[in-house]
Amino acid sequence: MKVFKLIFKNAARRKLRAFLTILGIALAVMAFGLIRTFIDAWYAGARAAQPDRLVTRHAVSIVFDLPIAYKDQILSIDGVEDVTYAIWFGGIYIDPSNFFPQMGVEPESFFRIFPEFILARDQLEALVREKRGAVVGRKVADRFGWKIGDKINLIGTIYPGNWEFIITGIYTGRDVDTDETMFLFRFDYVDEVMKQESPGRVGEVGWYALKIDDPSRAAEIASAIDRRFDNSWAETKTETEKQFQLSFISMAGAIIVGLRIISYLIIGVILLVMINTMAMTARERVSENAFMRTLGFRGYHLTGLILGESLIIAAAGGITGMGLLYLVSNGVRVALSQYFPGFEASLLVYMTCLVVAILVGIIASIFPVQRALRISIVDGLRVVD
Amino acid sequence: MIPAGYTFRNILQHKVTSALTILGISLVVFVFSGSLMLSHGLKATLVATGTDGNVIAIRKSSQTEVMSIVDYEQARILATSPEIARDENDAPFLTNEIYVLIGLKSRSNGDEAQVVVRGVTPNSMKLRPMIKMVEGRMWNDPGSEIIAGSEAAKRFIGCGLGEQVRFGARQWTVVGIFDAGGTGFDSELRCEINQATDAFRRPVYSSVTFRLADTSGFAAFKQKIEDDRRLTLEIKQEKEYYEAQSRYTTTFISIAGSVISIVFSLGAIIGAMITMYAAVANRVKEIGTLRALGFSRFSILTSFLTESMLIALSGGALGVLAAYFLGFFRISTTNWDTFSEIAFNFEMSWAIAISALVFSLLMGIIGGFLPAVRAARLKIIDTLRA
Repeated sequence: MKVFKLIFKNAARRKLRAFLTILGIALAVMAFGLIRTFIDAWYAGARAAQPDRLVTRHAVSIVFDLPIAYKDQILSIDGVEDVTYAIWFGGIYIDPSNFFPQMGVEPESFFRIFPEFILARDQLEALVREKRGAVVGRKVADRFGWKIGDKINLIGTIYPGNWEFIITGIYTGRDVDTDETMFLFRFDYVDEVMKQESPGRVGEVGWYALKIDDPSRAAEIASAIDRRFDNSWAETKTETEKQFQLSFISMAGAIIVGLRIISYLIIGVILLVMINTMAMTARERVSENAFMRTLGFRGYHLTGLILGESLIIAAAGGITGMGLLYLVSNGVRVALSQYFPGFEASLLVYMTCLVVAILVGIIASIFPVQRALRISIVDGLRVVD
Repeated sequence: MIPAGYTFRNILQHKVTSALTILGISLVVFVFSGSLMLSHGLKATLVATGTDGNVIAIRKSSQTEVMSIVDYEQARILATSPEIARDENDAPFLTNEIYVLIGLKSRSNGDEAQVVVRGVTPNSMKLRPMIKMVEGRMWNDPGSEIIAGSEAAKRFIGCGLGEQVRFGARQWTVVGIFDAGGTGFDSELRCEINQATDAFRRPVYSSVTFRLADTSGFAAFKQKIEDDRRLTLEIKQEKEYYEAQSRYTTTFISIAGSVISIVFSLGAIIGAMITMYAAVANRVKEIGTLRALGFSRFSILTSFLTESMLIALSGGALGVLAAYFLGFFRISTTNWDTFSEIAFNFEMSWAIAISALVFSLLMGIIGGFLPAVRAARLKIIDTLRA
C-alpha cells in the first residue's frame, strides 16, 4: 500500500503540471469521443434498419422513378408480406437552409411497415381524410413550432410549384435511432397535381419498402423481385434496408475517412502532451532514482513506480474526459437533434476512450523507464539539476 | 531588451520537450489547413467549371440540373431569342443538354457513387474550351459509344478506355477520354443527346447553355426570360451557377473543420503551457540573474512570450508544410448540392497559409502567457536563493 501512496505523491508532486496534463488529456479524449459519436450518428439510419425490410429502387440510380404498377407485382412474390412506396419531395421551407426530409407516402401501408414511427390512430385517420394533410416528426415540429392544424407552404424543386400542406399529426419515434425529423404527406396529392401539370410523371414512385416474412430469405426474395423486372424499361435493385441506408452513407465516405484520420491525430496530440510531462518528470528524478537503487530498490520497482505514475495521470485524464464527453454529447444531442437523431455516445465509445487513455499512459512511460534503468547509479548521483 | 539569441538557444536547450510541443502544434495546424484546403479545392474546381460569358437556363427554383426539366417547347422559344449569339453555321450558339445520374461502383472500394451522364450536342465542346480529347476518339456510333472524363475513367468500374458500362438498358463502350482541366466535367461521362433521350426515356432537356451576342445585356435578358409567361425558366451566369453548387459541402467542411480545430488546439495550447511552465521553473536562477543585471519585468515577460511564439510558429510552419503536400492528392466525394460524385484537389492558398500561421501564433500566445507572467512576477531575492 505504501507503494501506491508513493506513486500518488509522485504524480501530485508538480500540482500545476499534473493538473494541466490531466486537463489536456481530458479535452482530447472528449474530442476523440465526440468525433466517434458523430460517425456513429451518421450511421444511425443504418442501425434503425430492420432485418425484415427490403427496399426496391431503380437499378440505375435512386434519382429515377419506378412505376406505381410494380406494387402489386412485388406483393405477389413469395415471401413478401406487405409493400409501401414513397417519393422524395425535396421542397424548400422558406429557405434552403431549413432542410428536413420530406416524403410523399401511402399513409396506411407506410405506418404499417414502419411501426417505429408512432402515430395516434385518430391522427392517421385525419391524414386519410385530408388530401393535403401532412404528418411531421416531433423534432421538426419543435424546431419550427408547428402545431396540428398549421398550414405549411413548401416550394417544390423536383415537383415545381408552391405546395400547401396542413399538419394533421405529429409522430414520435419508438427507438433512439428513429428519425423524428421527417415530413410525411400523401403521395396521391402530388400525383394528382402531376396529372394536370406534367402527365409524363404520373404514377411514378421513388422507391418501394417491403416487409418480408423471414429475414433469412432476404437475399433470395430480393433477387426474385429483381428478376421479375429484368429487361423491363425500369429494372430494379432490391436490397435490405441496411444496405440501402449504407449506400447513402457511403456517399459521404471521404468525409468519414477524414474524421477517422483526425480522431487518430487527436490521440497523437494526447500522446505528445503525456510524453512531454513524463519526460520532464524523468529528467527531474534522475538522482532520486539512483538514490533509490542504492537503497536496494530494483529495476522493476522503478518501472512500476514510473508506469504507475503515468497510468494514474492518464487514467484521471481519461475519466475526466469521459465525464466531459457525457455532458457535451448530451448538449449536442439537445442542440442538434433535428440533424442527428441518434447523437449519443455509446458504451463502446466510452470504453474506447478509456483504452486509449490507458495505452497513452503505458506508451508515455516507456522513455522515462528506459532512462531510469539505463543510467548507472554513479552517474545518476552525479547529476546536478 | 533580452537578445533574441538567448530565447532561441533556450528552445534548443530542451530539445525533446520543444520538439514534442512543436509536433503537437503542427498536428493541429495540419488539420486546420487541411480542412480549409478541402473547401477551397472544391470551390476552385466548381468555379473553374463555369466558363466566362456562358449562360445556363434551368427550370425555376430547381437550383441544379439534377432537378431541372426544360421541355422542348421552352427550349425552342429560348433558342429563338435574338439576344443569343450565333455559331459558325449561323445557328444559335447554344447546347441543349440532358443531365442524368447513374450509380456506378468505384474502383477503390466498390462503393456505389452517383456519376453524371451528360447528353450533349456538338456545340457543347465549343462552349467549354477547356475540354480536350486526350485518349481514343470521339464517338462514331453514338448509339453504343460514349466518352469519359479523365477522373471518371480513373475512378469508376467500366469507365476506362475500351471498357463497357451499362445504363439506360444498353451496353456502352468508352471510346475516348477527355480532359477538362481539373473542372467538374472531368468526373462526368458524355454521350450524344438524342441517344440519351432514347436510352433514359426522358423526352426533355435538363438545361440549355448558351452565349449572349452582347454579354453586357445579361441582366436585361434575365429579366425578359423571367417575365415571359410562356417560360418557367431562370437563367444564371454559368460561373455563378457552378460556384453555388459548392455551398452545402463547403459550409459543412468549414464548420466541422473549425470546430475540430478549436477543440483540438486546446490540447496543443495545454502542451505548450506545460512546456513553458517547466522552462520557467528550470530557469528561476537565470531569471533572477537577468533581473539583477537590470532587465525589467517586462523584458522577461516578452522574452518568454517570444519563446513560446517561436515554438508555436515553428509548429505552424511545419503543419502548413505538411498540409501543402496534401495538394498532391486528389479526392473524390459526393457533392451534396448535386448529389453527384466530384473529384477535386486539396488546394493551398496564401490566405490559408497565413491564417494557419496566425492560428499557431495565437496558440503560442495563449499557451505562453501565464507562464511568462509567472516568470515576470518572480522576486529577485527568492530567485537568487533558489
